[in-house]
Amino acid sequence: MAKSALLKSSLAKKYWMALTGLFLCLFLIGHLLGNLQLLSTGKDAALNFNKYALFMTTNPAVKLLSYLTYFSILFHAVDGIVLTVQNKKARPVGYVKNSASSNTIWASRNMAVLGTLILVFIVTHMTNFWAVMHFDKKMPLQTVTIESEVMPGMPPQTQEMYVTVEGSYIPVAAVEQGMISIQNRTEVYRTDNNLKIAHLYKDLYKITVEFFKDAKWGLIATILYVFSMLVLAFHLYHGFGSAFQSLGLNNPKYNLLIKNFGKAFAIIVPLLFAVIPVYIHFFLK
Amino acid sequence: MASKSININLKIWRQKDAKSKGQIETYKLDNVSTASSFLEMLDQLNEQLINERKEPVAFDHDCREGICGMCSLYINGRAHGPASKVTTCQLHMRSFKDGDTIYVEPWRSKAFPVVKDLIVDRSAFDRIQQAGGFVSVNTSGRTIDANATPVPKHDADRAFEAAACIGCGACVASCKNGSAMLFVGAKVSQYALLPQGKVEATERVLNMVRQMDDEGFGNCTNTGACEVECPKGISLENIARMNREYLFASVK
Ligand code: HEM
Ligand code: SF4
Ligand code: FES
Repeated sequence: MAKSALLKSSLAKKYWMALTGLFLCLFLIGHLLGNLQLLSTGKDAALNFNKYALFMTTNPAVKLLSYLTYFSILFHAVDGIVLTVQNKKARPVGYVKNSASSNTIWASRNMAVLGTLILVFIVTHMTNFWAVMHFDKKMPLQTVTIESEVMPGMPPQTQEMYVTVEGSYIPVAAVEQGMISIQNRTEVYRTDNNLKIAHLYKDLYKITVEFFKDAKWGLIATILYVFSMLVLAFHLYHGFGSAFQSLGLNNPKYNLLIKNFGKAFAIIVPLLFAVIPVYIHFFLK
Repeated sequence: MASKSININLKIWRQKDAKSKGQIETYKLDNVSTASSFLEMLDQLNEQLINERKEPVAFDHDCREGICGMCSLYINGRAHGPASKVTTCQLHMRSFKDGDTIYVEPWRSKAFPVVKDLIVDRSAFDRIQQAGGFVSVNTSGRTIDANATPVPKHDADRAFEAAACIGCGACVASCKNGSAMLFVGAKVSQYALLPQGKVEATERVLNMVRQMDDEGFGNCTNTGACEVECPKGISLENIARMNREYLFASVK
């Protein structure tokens, strides 16, 4: 009995909803801290961001966390939809007159709609960035322009260089000259002895900035992004505190604290996420 | 407060029996004293209907003092009407104005099928209660004095608050998910908080929740409508306590 109790019962569904929901809140914090680096304007902003992106896609511990995140999103979404369908069935005939707003807040009544919109956002977002980062053959690579003075009084010479993970620079022109080749998207091989000599950074920074900077599509993307964060804010406004209640963590001593923390979280986290594309589209030079 | 008379329009759910399709019927009722209770107003309507040789409106009621939980009416979109912490029998017509249109519907839940007009079958609650809402005591005659088992005041108070639930079903009726968790939470808590109830606590919560699910009640999403509409002020804390009890019971 205990086994099915922890998987199939109404309460078990609630526990899983709450656990996956709260885990996703932690994920949001991690993701946000990474994204906020896009606001940095230093000369190494792009490189630092791409280094971070490489770390996030290769570090084994982060990989484990990311699988847990994919699982949580799927489980949370499926469980949430199952719950919503069951709940609809629990009232086959509705009221002719119902005054729901006199006893509940709007967000709490619309978690499934809000969640579905978030799911649409997540899928779109992952096609735009995650899939490009992971699978796109034409993913650009991190380069820097190095200026060198050849002779006093002459205009300085500029050269495009790949930055390698190992910390060296390789001229981009070397590929065309046939001295090196790039295989498996980021691996640099010497042509003469076919030895792997370096790894390059994928330029996720460039992808992101170009995506949001585009005059027309970038503006549309920015607006949709901000809208999605608004949706997320409403989802969390009810969801954060709700998860504690689902897990049985209700104690008059801490309820106000949890509630207020949840509301602050629901406003601050999506707001900071939303600031980034707005900044890129309207203010980044 | 001086009472006065008002004229109202009623839109009432009429349904011949469980199998028939029901619909809203409109009635005009004049000279309703604002001092009368909502049920007295319905009595007045029924007299009028009987005089007109029409079928009176069937509605549940018993104690008419807020303790039996029978008077289950969904009034103007809210369980037990607009006033807070009252049952329908404790609602008075002074909550309404002259010329008001008042909707009266039965509780809506798959687990509470309509029997006739405004009467629903709430025996699902009885079956949940029978699944575990009790303590087994020896009735051999060697009964123990209740005060022989000390109960901390704080726990006694919480248990008493939970025991105030009258099983009216307003929580189910007002919940968008048709969830019975406030009721079951109160019934689980009432015993779980007391030493006498601890003995059977594990079985109780597992069995009561299983029965609740089997009856077809929905899943709580913590909207909090139940707590607002409960005539006895049963707190959401009781649902959280049930969630805890159930979690520990199911990993035992
Ligand atoms: C980053 C994304 C998301 C986060 C951080 C998040 C967070 C949460 C949290 C904390 C809860 C409260 C859980 C509880 O009351 O026990 C919740 C509830 C809910 N979520 Fe999400 N969620 C996310 C995405 C989604 C998605 C993609 C769906 C898809 C349909 C969804 C559907 C729902 C539903 C229906 C509920 C209400 C169910 C209930 O209260 O039991 N959420 N969410
Ligand atoms: S919890 Fe409140 S609303 Fe629900 S049955 Fe008990 S008294 Fe009625
Ligand atoms: S008739 Fe008993 S509570 Fe209203």
